Amino acid sequence: MSRRYDSRTTIFSPEGRLYQVEYAMEAIGNAGTAIGILSKDGVVLVGEKKVTSKLLQTSTSTEKMYKIDDHVACAVAGIMSDANILINTARVQAQRYTFAYQEPMPVEQLVQSLCDTKQGYTQFGGLRPFGVSFLFAGWDKNFGFQLYMSDPSGNYGGWKAAAIGANNQAAQSMLKQDYKDEITREEAVELALKVLSKTMDSTSLTSDKLELAEVFVLPSGKVKYQVCPPESLSKLLVKLGMTQPAAAEI
Amino acid sequence: MECVFGLVGEGFSIVAADTSAVHSILVHKSNEDKIMVLDSHKLIAASGEPGDRVQFTEYIQKNVALYHFRNGIPLTTAAAANFTRGELATALRKNPYFVNILLAGYDKETGPSLYYIDYIATLHKVDKGAFGYGSYFSLATMDRHYHSRMSVEEAIELVDKCIIEIRSRLVVAPPNFVIKIVDKDGAREYAWRETVKEAADASA
Repeated sequence: MSRRYDSRTTIFSPEGRLYQVEYAMEAIGNAGTAIGILSKDGVVLVGEKKVTSKLLQTSTSTEKMYKIDDHVACAVAGIMSDANILINTARVQAQRYTFAYQEPMPVEQLVQSLCDTKQGYTQFGGLRPFGVSFLFAGWDKNFGFQLYMSDPSGNYGGWKAAAIGANNQAAQSMLKQDYKDEITREEAVELALKVLSKTMDSTSLTSDKLELAEVFVLPSGKVKYQVCPPESLSKLLVKLGMTQPAAAEI
Repeated sequence: MECVFGLVGEGFSIVAADTSAVHSILVHKSNEDKIMVLDSHKLIAASGEPGDRVQFTEYIQKNVALYHFRNGIPLTTAAAANFTRGELATALRKNPYFVNILLAGYDKETGPSLYYIDYIATLHKVDKGAFGYGSYFSLATMDRHYHSRMSVEEAIELVDKCIIEIRSRLVVAPPNFVIKIVDKDGAREYAWRETVKEAADASA
């Protein structure tokens, strides 16, 4: 029955739904999980690496985390080729803003501009929506640390903790249970890794299946985006007792 | 001829401008306000081609207001100055606006500031600045008497010194001036310095 309305992104079904947009969201459900947590002294992003092969040689150390500007980074879930396009537009927007105002772009404006692009592809004919969800982590002088989640429809919202990708609902409910308002960055890293370890399909958590990135402010006042190198991530996992499947809290 | 100048004091910025609308040798009116209140905490004083001046300052004002509506946060004075410079720079290679601008503002984080922007899109952050024929006298006067951390009284005294110098030394000195101030409480008119009333007022 719904077949008639499936083929066009811009057509509502009689039940008032946009199937292509829903399917795009479905596609993200199969992607590797990414979790973001807002803490009082920074924002933490963790992601599950899906492509792990000994033969793989990549130019970047991260598969899901991208720096947009000095003060904003994002984690991706979904179709990477689509995401690359959006990441590029986000970077262009951020630089255009800096060019116009000689100031870093406020985080929400950056998210909004990107979501406007996403929304356009759910309305204007003949095109497929972007099969990408983002978690944006950033800092600006007006609202401090911020975490945003966006979906293929172009919706976005600010969150204290959020999850996208596979098992995002399970992750979200775990975050809801364990999140505390006064959480520190260090605790946020631990919580994010804990939640990820429970939602991931693979039994053991190792550094080559993980990515960890943080956005925080240095004592100098400069915003820093830091990707945790695999060696320190391994050490961290040992310290938190997450390397062996048996060691995880059961 | 045109005199626009301004300075930064302790917790405030002040700008003053002549209020003469002249064309060739003719004075059309002497109560033309050349200082626009850009938003709650910004002043834009402009000199140059009268039509361009009104068009351009209104364009900037409306764009700053649009930014505030869209994003819920106001532009900082620095951002507004850079935006203004950008607009002048793009226009410069097409059909340039002949306007020179002094942009004064007050921000919570950075305090009072003053930006010098000329029609060829030069941008300087300054403590004191001036445009027009009056600048020859007001700049010299300010060089002699300006110091950082001036009080409002001291600053107004200095502005008055500049006006006196312009009136006594400039052949084509304008009769009237308007002074506006911006501080933590916002941008507003401070005073007028008039020697000539409008003809209508004089006859009445």
